[in-house]
Amino acid sequence: MTSPTLRIDDLRLSFRTWRGLTEVLHGVSLHIRKGERVALVGESGSGKSVTARIVLGLLQELKSSRIDGVVEFEGRDLEKLSAAERHKLRGTKMSMIFQDPTTALNPVYTIGMQFREVLGRRVKGISQRQARDVATAALADVSIRDADRILASYPFQLSGGMNQRVMIAMALANEPSLLIADEPGTALDVTVQAQTLQLMRALVERHQTAVLFISHNLGVVREFADRVYVIYKGRIVEHGTAVGLFADPRHPYTRALMEAVPHITGGGIPEIDEESAAFSAPMAVHEGCAEPGASA
Amino acid sequence: MTAPILSLQSVSKTFFLAGREVRAVDDVSIDVAEGECLAIVGESGSGKSTLANMILGVYPPTAGTIAYRGTPLPARRELKHRRLIQFVQQNPLSALNPQRSVGVSLRLALDVHGIGKKSERRAEVGRLLEEVGLPASFMTRAPAALSGGQRQRVAIARALACRSEIVVLDEPTSALDVLVQARVLRLLQELRKARGLTYVFITHDLSVVRNIAERVAVFEKGRLVETGATGTIFSTPERPYTRRLIGAVPVVTDAEMALREQLTEEFTGERNESA
Repeated sequence: MTSPTLRIDDLRLSFRTWRGLTEVLHGVSLHIRKGERVALVGESGSGKSVTARIVLGLLQELKSSRIDGVVEFEGRDLEKLSAAERHKLRGTKMSMIFQDPTTALNPVYTIGMQFREVLGRRVKGISQRQARDVATAALADVSIRDADRILASYPFQLSGGMNQRVMIAMALANEPSLLIADEPGTALDVTVQAQTLQLMRALVERHQTAVLFISHNLGVVREFADRVYVIYKGRIVEHGTAVGLFADPRHPYTRALMEAVPHITGGGIPEIDEESAAFSAPMAVHEGCAEPGASA
Repeated sequence: MTAPILSLQSVSKTFFLAGREVRAVDDVSIDVAEGECLAIVGESGSGKSTLANMILGVYPPTAGTIAYRGTPLPARRELKHRRLIQFVQQNPLSALNPQRSVGVSLRLALDVHGIGKKSERRAEVGRLLEEVGLPASFMTRAPAALSGGQRQRVAIARALACRSEIVVLDEPTSALDVLVQARVLRLLQELRKARGLTYVFITHDLSVVRNIAERVAVFEKGRLVETGATGTIFSTPERPYTRRLIGAVPVVTDAEMALREQLTEEFTGERNESA
């Protein structure tokens, strides 16, 4: 059997502060196979974004962080790679889409120049003309027809939705095997968000890209993901297929999350506790959703 | 018949940007009844926040009038007008002065508007905090020492401190986590009932609107394109734009999915007819 694109096993993270160690992740395990869209859902401070940053290898560079556990990318243990090798993976084999596209893009360079820089990560010394051709094709993938105008523009000259599409096109231009999307589109209008999600979904399906989708929005997750991990205070509390989890949420925390979401069919604002002892109940795993390599 | 608590008549706002005229709000007329929650929805750039700023008196309309209980409000608002209409914004961290303790921020609202006797204001601050579900001991805390939900509760307390009648809420819960959001929305509902407040609730989150507002006003490119009772807007929206807004809401239940599909189908059906 081929190894999953991403496998995280018993990942622990703590930060050294003046008060001592602050534990952030308490043994997170998850995996994503080729072409799978997996969501990591949780509230702010639950540890979802730091997990993404560890996968990218960004937190490892922080002196105050202490990381234990295994992160395997296409069967290779990332810990055993040198800093240079890890650097080579970023932007080529794994890429990331951020929440706010307008701040993620550099305001003083045109989209075209930034695109060329991204493409240059894979093809060293790519010519301006080649870069423009590849970029035009990548933009066409996200339904941008007038590529010439977009490539000549600065990010602030484009709308948020347009910048988001540019980000998606850039992130997928080097055909990565893993795409990390951290709350994509939450800074955008709902209509634009719905469009960009559809685009992204179609693209990753076509390229068979594995996606780690980080979000706090259950509705968005339901529409995008195949499988879902729910994270609460640095622990995975539930893991199931999107269909299974939304039809039958088993963990008290997942249930609270689902109840708290206001519905467009009405029903009022529910009475929910922000915290409850039940949220610390053991993890609920849906059938057929065990971690690979787990001794079961 | 008594006049509505807030009445906008042919209100427009034009900005001049780089020599270009931008009509942010275009000929909007709408009444807000006392005690109701009117939701204002639309995409970004539809004029929602410009409208809020005009209601609050941040800047006057270019044309048209805004009246409080039948009396037009002046372009330059006096203190008594400002007391009546208060504001809660999306990000409470930028709404509260980071250098001031929660107590001082609330106290200032009482001082400025001369609410109650000086000797009783400290007790009033404690009472306000308790009213929004925080312990009175929080008055010594700095905003940075509070969570997002707690900060928003303080911002709400401050908006109520001067015994305001109308509260303009601009995306008050979109920066909050779902569990916290549900609690703050409940608080807002309870306060409205207890104090008989009128809300102008600005948001692009239609699932929140469905559950908190009695009436919805839909804005598109500065124009008011549709208004109606919340139930009606969601079951039989007239404008394609409104349907598109509802159809784009990410949903979690099958019942919601069915409603959305039904609206989108009608929408595409209509588009084919007109084509």
